[in-house]
Amino acid sequence: MKIFGYQLPNMSSLILWGLLWEIVGQLELTFFLPPLSAIFATLMEIGGTPAFLKALKETAEAFTIGTTAAIVIGVPVGILMGKSRLIDELLLPWVNIFLSAPLTALVPVLMVLFGFGITAIVITTALFAIWIIVLNARAGVMQINPSLVEMAQSFGASRFDAFTKIYFWAALPEILGGVRIGFIRAVKGVIIGQLLISVVGFGSLFEIYASNFLMKHFWAVLLVLFSLSFLIAEFLAWLERKVEYYAASRQ
Amino acid sequence: MNTVITENAVAVRNVYKNYGDVEALRDLSLDFPKGQLTSLLGPSGCGKTTLLKIIAGLLPANSGEVLVNGQPVSGPGPDRAFVFQDFALMPWASTIRNVAFGLELRGVAKSEREAVAEKYIAAVGLKGFENSYPHELSGGMRQRVGLARALSVNAEVLLMDEPFSAVDEQTRRKFQEDLLGLVQNENKTFLFVTHSIEEAVYVSDQVAILLPRPSRVSEIIRPQGFRNKDVDSIRRDPEYLDLVDKIWASLRSYVE
Repeated sequence: MKIFGYQLPNMSSLILWGLLWEIVGQLELTFFLPPLSAIFATLMEIGGTPAFLKALKETAEAFTIGTTAAIVIGVPVGILMGKSRLIDELLLPWVNIFLSAPLTALVPVLMVLFGFGITAIVITTALFAIWIIVLNARAGVMQINPSLVEMAQSFGASRFDAFTKIYFWAALPEILGGVRIGFIRAVKGVIIGQLLISVVGFGSLFEIYASNFLMKHFWAVLLVLFSLSFLIAEFLAWLERKVEYYAASRQ
Repeated sequence: MNTVITENAVAVRNVYKNYGDVEALRDLSLDFPKGQLTSLLGPSGCGKTTLLKIIAGLLPANSGEVLVNGQPVSGPGPDRAFVFQDFALMPWASTIRNVAFGLELRGVAKSEREAVAEKYIAAVGLKGFENSYPHELSGGMRQRVGLARALSVNAEVLLMDEPFSAVDEQTRRKFQEDLLGLVQNENKTFLFVTHSIEEAVYVSDQVAILLPRPSRVSEIIRPQGFRNKDVDSIRRDPEYLDLVDKIWASLRSYVE
């Protein structure tokens, strides 16, 4: 955007909204919305405390393991579904059901199956992320140029070669798109897990701060969480743009 | 008349191919002499690409056999290399990696295969574009990459499926001239699918005319007089013009 001939940096509008927030907070209209500056002050205060760092570590751990599992399982399954009609017929209905199902309702079942520990939280995270990753990898493979596959065959590619050197790369733009959306869903999954299954990580902080009406603390943690998921999403979007040139060049 | 008896690099013997109920090829037999360029020419739907893919080992025949140097083939092999109509380049790979891909699949070490690739990239006139990506190249340049890839595996038989149909007219003419040089200089056998009568007569030692539904070889034409003339005068040669007319006369009734 340009104002008076000056090119404004991306997301300058955030400054405007931040100012508005500060003004509304200073007016003390509601306890629910403390001034933004006070929230940042609180963030500095609690940022280094063991409780906060422990919560960050627990959340990051569950998130990392859950999303890694979702990628490691989801991408090959998606590619296989795209390649094999039989596997596709078998799995597609389930993938579609779970993609649109309200997964939060399944969390109590996961608690029964996997207990109240980190396992259940990791599985919740993976379940939120995996379906869109599967579907996108499948879509990526299905639009592959058939002559690329024939080319690999004609030069003597083994099935494994074709999988790792052709199918994966051909589907990479779609795979990255799926991973990005999957990660955004996984943030949801990990917090829901931490709130419902066992009160650990950021979930426990939300619980404590909200029930004690510590709004500055509550917002501080929420801002950290928003920023983290935003950064992850932006990083993946950047990766996606790096391979976009060949997604667009395909007929 | 050509009195030299030439060996066949590829021989197709009584090949049948059905797609479901549709009979694509019926009892098709054809010889491809070593070191020469044979065109498969015919109206669309006559099965010429099907035949080429059966020879490549990309499609199985229902019956009959394909012999390459006397050995029956059952799948793709290092004795044959394919040039694709739509180039079939990996869009995520640079020119040099695309050209070296056939050797990469054969497990040739990186430095060695890139040296070979560089040589053929230069041979097709793309020196300086080694690190360009396909989307940065024009259609004609992309097909040169496809050609360099097929050449770099050093197969005896080159299978070309309408390789020039996706490039513009001027580029196509340049390609046809370059192809004549290639046939002369490389000791390889070329199988060339085309739907252009002029192109087939211009580049071929032997033109096999295929007629459709089901496909069979209706005629084999061997241009005699102008093969050794220089590239510029072929298109004005009376024999060239007569052959083009003759082939058109036999094909015109099959064009809907």
